[in-house]
Amino acid sequence: MSDELIIYRQRRYGMDHDRYDWSMLQDRAPVRWPDDKPLALWINISVQHFPLSGNKPTVAPPGALTMPYPDLRHYTLRDYGNRVGIYRLLKVMEAYQASPSLAISGALAERYPLLLERLAQTPYEWLGHGWNMLSMHAGEIDLEIEAGWIAETRAALQSCSDRAVNGWFSPGRIQTCHTPELLVKSGFTYHCDWVNDELPYTFKTTEGDMSCLPSSLELDDVFVLTQNLHSEDSFVQQVTDAADLLIREGREQGGRLLSLNFHPWLMGQPHRIRAVEEILKVLLVERGDAIWHAPPTTILTAATP
Amino acid sequence: MSGTTQHAELALYDYSPYERRPKIEWPNGARMAFWVAPNIEFYELDPPINPHRKPWPQPYPAVPGYSIRDYGNRVGHQRQMAVLDKYGVRGSISLSAALCEHHPEIIALCAERNWEFFSHGIYNTRYTYGLTEDQEREMIEDAMDTIERAVGQRPAGYLAPALSHSNHTIDLFAEAGGLYTCDLFHDDQPTRVKTRSGKPFISVPYSLELNDTIAYVVQKMEPRRYGEIIRRAFDQLYAEGAESGTVMCIPTHNYQVSCPHRLRAFEEALEYITGHSDVWVTTGREIAEYSLANHGDLLGGRDGASA
Repeated sequence: MSDELIIYRQRRYGMDHDRYDWSMLQDRAPVRWPDDKPLALWINISVQHFPLSGNKPTVAPPGALTMPYPDLRHYTLRDYGNRVGIYRLLKVMEAYQASPSLAISGALAERYPLLLERLAQTPYEWLGHGWNMLSMHAGEIDLEIEAGWIAETRAALQSCSDRAVNGWFSPGRIQTCHTPELLVKSGFTYHCDWVNDELPYTFKTTEGDMSCLPSSLELDDVFVLTQNLHSEDSFVQQVTDAADLLIREGREQGGRLLSLNFHPWLMGQPHRIRAVEEILKVLLVERGDAIWHAPPTTILTAATP
Repeated sequence: MSGTTQHAELALYDYSPYERRPKIEWPNGARMAFWVAPNIEFYELDPPINPHRKPWPQPYPAVPGYSIRDYGNRVGHQRQMAVLDKYGVRGSISLSAALCEHHPEIIALCAERNWEFFSHGIYNTRYTYGLTEDQEREMIEDAMDTIERAVGQRPAGYLAPALSHSNHTIDLFAEAGGLYTCDLFHDDQPTRVKTRSGKPFISVPYSLELNDTIAYVVQKMEPRRYGEIIRRAFDQLYAEGAESGTVMCIPTHNYQVSCPHRLRAFEEALEYITGHSDVWVTTGREIAEYSLANHGDLLGGRDGASA
């Protein structure tokens, strides 16, 4: 055995890579949200297209089709999100006057123009969410292909709406070693893929800096309900506990951020939609005095000194 | 000598039934020695590939696995530390030694609280598997030297990195000046461990069952159930401790227990445990030193080499 296994090339101060600087949340200058509210809330809805056919990527995203072709059961369960679930979620969001962002598969622009038309009628911020749920930005992807996925996703979404699409949320929260550079080159100013923080921070690329607005994997609906197999009631409880802890910290130490991510194919099911309503009630009504709910770009602006 | 045999049966300790053992007594008549072992780890984004174990399930860069562990250091550490401060618990850190270089700010915060630092290897993405005995010795001594340089105290305990072992691991750690291992899960009381050098050496009960990562990642528990199993374990070990002292450990990870939806369950468990009078709230090193000094001959196994 060579000594390679006990040679440590990146053993140094800070991180073992150059993507961002090392710092602890609690040691940074406190963030102040509007009206001095202790907690900012970002809600994202991931509107996804899972193709029935196509090559399996190196890394399967949560919710990926698993059966031999044609995997009708999983395809249609995911498609349910785009036909039924999203409309249930929109209704609840509108009832509570929430401001979620929508991370959208670019392929949906040509596939379901009626859906995109409806989404364009909302005031919600849009994020690029990859071309579809097979276009995984993972491992060794040809650079041209990956660049195409990113540019085409942005172009497809912008063809449906006048709004700026500056944010990016990779399917499965994974990136290749080129993704951040390609995002900057395509005009994206922030991504949400690294779950390593609870406040936005500067993410470095060789094409210039962008921001990372960290999403929360551990409170993602798919993670809690389909991977951990927790109940809807437990999900509401966990979100409530998280909010209460972050509100307390926000009062004592400086603004905190709670990130939630809902999937129409999951939370849009009739037995789950009530959990979304309860979460909005807990956060926006019962804790409305302590929570500032805003779209991602507004949060990024407020977090930047 | 089993150390050179690739697949020998375990000969580290003698069998000792839990009933009718000599009585273990803890300081001030405590029934239980209670310790919390925060794992403060550094996982590399791009480690060399060990043919025996893949560091990450995804191809480079494994953003999902890497970034949540980084969250533990960036966000989780100070959150858990505040809770341990509140309940008067000094952490016994299972430390990736390279973190002394990467994140000295964390080391300083723990050192000023007089926490214990024990060795958890260099990185949690470097495994013992496939190392020669000399390479493993070098890795073990490197970790101990690095920690000693950073905090002025040579580590007494070892939890092998990512729980990866060889047949020499415990012998090598004892020879490097170690006193106790956290790698053995066979008992709720300290056990004398036989090593080839014959140095006094002991197993201090750590726990996989109460380990937050096992609870949350493997068993996928709801946070409040994790709090509940900790309390149940405590009640049982506290009751048994009236007859002979027990040990209870909660091993934690800042990327699990410190998530905002989970910390409350841990905090309530600590409040419950430290609310009992006959609990010796201590560290791994103190349990090891006290056990060897006061019960060295009662702990099963004998002094001296196993051969």
